[in-house]
Amino acid sequence: MTVYLKNIFIESGNMTQFTLRFFRELFKPSFQWREFSRQCFAVGCKTLALITITGFIMGLVMTIQSRPTLLKFGAESWLPSMVSLSLIREIAPVITALICAGKIASGIGAELGSMKVTEQIDAMEVSAINPYKYLVVTRILATTFMVPILVIYADFIGIYGGYIGYNIHGSMTLFRYFSEVLEHLEFLDLVPAFIKTFFFGFFIGLIGSYKGFNASSGTASVGIAANEAVVAASLSVFIIDMLAAQLTDLFF
Amino acid sequence: MEAQPIIAIKNLYKSFGENKILKGISLTVNKGEDLVILGRSGSGKSVTIKCLVGLLGSDKGKIEIFGTEITKLKDDELNKIRARIGFMFQNGALYDSMSVRQNLTFTLKHHIRNLTEEAIKTEIMEALESVGLEEAIDKMPSELSGGMKKRIALARAIIIKPEIILYDEPTSGLDTITSREISELILSVQKKYKTSSIIITHDMACAKMTGNRILILKDGLINAEGTYDSLEKSKDEWVRSFFI
Repeated sequence: MTVYLKNIFIESGNMTQFTLRFFRELFKPSFQWREFSRQCFAVGCKTLALITITGFIMGLVMTIQSRPTLLKFGAESWLPSMVSLSLIREIAPVITALICAGKIASGIGAELGSMKVTEQIDAMEVSAINPYKYLVVTRILATTFMVPILVIYADFIGIYGGYIGYNIHGSMTLFRYFSEVLEHLEFLDLVPAFIKTFFFGFFIGLIGSYKGFNASSGTASVGIAANEAVVAASLSVFIIDMLAAQLTDLFF
Repeated sequence: MEAQPIIAIKNLYKSFGENKILKGISLTVNKGEDLVILGRSGSGKSVTIKCLVGLLGSDKGKIEIFGTEITKLKDDELNKIRARIGFMFQNGALYDSMSVRQNLTFTLKHHIRNLTEEAIKTEIMEALESVGLEEAIDKMPSELSGGMKKRIALARAIIIKPEIILYDEPTSGLDTITSREISELILSVQKKYKTSSIIITHDMACAKMTGNRILILKDGLINAEGTYDSLEKSKDEWVRSFFI
């Protein structure tokens, strides 16, 4: 038990140092724009298809399943706004972040882990190249900026899925459906949900990079780093979501 | 006139937890000298050169490179020293997401800013020519054999025109013929670029061919020192066992 607790404290301390180093390195010249854009492209490409499919299905299924209940109360006309609100405030950000945690955090963990094991990170260091700046800063920034973009994309795809689901039994034009959605959306529905996605992205990148960068020697550690990155990043998504819900409730 | 040491290690200690790897080793490498370090696995050979470039911190002792004590240098200052040192890793450590050209360009661009594309191309071709692998320029590391990877790793080390090159087991995992080719390559690089070097190896043929002087590590200490011929005739049976 003591050893377990000690390990938790050591890990927390290392993680904090790793995070602080990110902010120190972030403001040091020169920024690796090429690597950053390459990482942004990789994050987008790796997850776009999955997010399209899951986003569409989320909207479609929510509409189909909510319809009978709303019909009972004669509130079928609320369906577009209800589905879109659920998607924008909660479901699309969390599902997108979980997909990114699975695809991106594990990818970063495995890539950096294998670079560590095969001494590629050491090779950068002895070549006077700052591996933290080149590998870690660019990846964390890429996930921080790309996850919110992917969430917005998932929102639109989900709402479109909702439109298709609505038209299975009902009839409404796409323009009217989106008008219904936008009519009931408020500033407070969008902003807190949007802000939390930056934190999702930041922690996905941070945890993936931390696990990979600190992989111990041996090929088995690459798998362990990838696995731990997925578990920790997914857990962090739920914790951030809970904190965001509490803070939104408190301040708005 | 006394030879000028380009590397000087004084009483270096390094341990990992309870495991004491280096127990106070001292050595010097003079300008233009090629020092071979021999020793059994786990004797601290690789740890020594990793401490030299700051990949591992030492517990105690001094390391001077180009007359500068490096153990307490900040990252930026240490990088200025590192920029004058080439390092060839045991398995090459080529960046596997980059082609050979990109591996060399990446290293070169970080050392010398504002190089024109033409100048980069010339430098890359010169480095590849030195290791005899011009045709591999657009290959990925996964497409290269073990020997080719080591040659490209050497090209990456020499592209920055280092004054010192550290070789971590340059011939390990290679067949006899390829090992000899790599040893000959090291020798030609030493002559062409007039580098000083430390070569960590188990390969006695490589040690004989590439080193002016040999150190043998045993249990974290220097057990024997001398030329290949003098150590081969050593009275110490343990030392002679390396030469059988």
